[in-house]
Amino acid sequence: MLCQECGKRPATLHFTKIVNGEKTEFHFCESCAREKGEMIPGTSGGFSIHSLLSGLMDIDMAGKGAASSAKAAQSLRCEECGMTYSQFSKIGRFGCSSCYKYFGNRLDPLLKRVHGSTVHVGKLPKRGGSKIQAKRKIDGLKLELQQRIHEEEFEEAAKLRDQIRMLEKELSEQ
Amino acid sequence: MPNLRFTEKALSDWMRGQADASEIVISSRVRVARNLQHLPFPLLATRQQSEEVLKRLTGIPSDHLQSFGTFYTVELDHIDPLDKRVLVEKHLISPNLANESQNGAVILSEDESVSIMINEEDHLRIQCLYPGFQIRQAWEKASSIDDKFEEYIDYAFDDKHGYLTSCPTNVGTGLRASVMMHLPALVMTQQINRILSAVSQVGLTVRGIYGEGSEAIGNLFQISNQITLGQTENEIIDNLHSVVLQIIEHEKNARTRLMNDSRLRITDRIKRSYGILSYAEVMDSKEAGQRLSDVRLGVDLGILEGPSISVMNELNVMTQPGFLQKTYGHDMNTEERDIYRAKLIRETLGKR
Repeated sequence: MLCQECGKRPATLHFTKIVNGEKTEFHFCESCAREKGEMIPGTSGGFSIHSLLSGLMDIDMAGKGAASSAKAAQSLRCEECGMTYSQFSKIGRFGCSSCYKYFGNRLDPLLKRVHGSTVHVGKLPKRGGSKIQAKRKIDGLKLELQQRIHEEEFEEAAKLRDQIRMLEKELSEQ
Repeated sequence: MPNLRFTEKALSDWMRGQADASEIVISSRVRVARNLQHLPFPLLATRQQSEEVLKRLTGIPSDHLQSFGTFYTVELDHIDPLDKRVLVEKHLISPNLANESQNGAVILSEDESVSIMINEEDHLRIQCLYPGFQIRQAWEKASSIDDKFEEYIDYAFDDKHGYLTSCPTNVGTGLRASVMMHLPALVMTQQINRILSAVSQVGLTVRGIYGEGSEAIGNLFQISNQITLGQTENEIIDNLHSVVLQIIEHEKNARTRLMNDSRLRITDRIKRSYGILSYAEVMDSKEAGQRLSDVRLGVDLGILEGPSISVMNELNVMTQPGFLQKTYGHDMNTEERDIYRAKLIRETLGKR
């Protein structure tokens, strides 16, 4: 595919802009994209994943509509490394692992957009991971319990209930 | 200056073996990102703090990793720029580690299948590279090396977000699994864009061979997972695995169709490329990529008898700018490189 701007060089940068549900596609070669820099969200010179991310964060702000909440978020600050939310939204990277704690739920819309989810379900560290493992097991059993009750298998359900109680007790004693 | 064995040969030992589907899948790679607790990410770390990270990660007793082979630590500040470039061209380190790291280092296994990067974007990045289509094996190995590190290191981890990383696109599993594929028939039959856009709709992404933002040279594409949070590692690997299987199937069908519909034109194109590579005096990297892709396809279709897949893999690395300069032992400008690239290809093909 050739660049839609100059029609000479092959298009290497493709993106879709959706504004109020109206979809527009763009295909540029690198040099035209650089010239057009301003109209592509997040580009100023380089086009990196980080600038793309900060573009996404701006959309989150606009989507919320409430300027005051956006303002409050901008003033969030990580007490450990000193990075502010507004710095983070510019560079698209965290300063330290505590940033996750200090920015808290404010990160959810971004994570949802990038990953479609906000909660880790994968591997756990062997040390210190046992509590989370137990919690996950309990959650799984609770789901199964609901299923059994729904299917009116009360004997099985009672067994599950006892098992859940036992695990919860163990967990609180830890 | 230490003698860097890793930059002498183009092809890592692990790349020499034959593997599943190696006529279409060149290599499988897994990278796991981890960080240490209570130290800022490399982006904000002071020189002292990044040195602390380096000390802690290289301070792990060497016999601890022994079950995975013999390891060598290379500190990036202690090697020359050309060696760095060659390590990047061999995919043993990332461009980011080579160019932007502070107290950056890499722990490499003797056969070069494992490279553990320190002070890249994250404190620790464990990478395993396998030839052909062996993405599950690569994940299992990376995961067990991760377990070994965890015995000594307290990782930054929280219940909700999983393994914490510098960039929000890696958080959760910290896992990036990628498969490098050679897809000439899909490119020739113009099906590639349709397939690549379908791939991006199932949480995967496609890049050129040298990662983020690089161009697809020589019909080589890197397919990798985009999502790292909210899926288990096995789901991520299985998803990539099944999509790659389907792409292999499409590529095979496209090759069969090409041979049925336009055998003469394909044969002509492949033999022309082989002829040009065998005799040309000047060869730029883009043309080399395209011609080598034709020859690789020719070998698989039985149109050419050789060179072998491993010689082809070797040529892909050897014709890169850094490696050329390393081979011939001096700095070169672009024109000189094109001349030496042509010479190297001629000689390699002639040796057969």
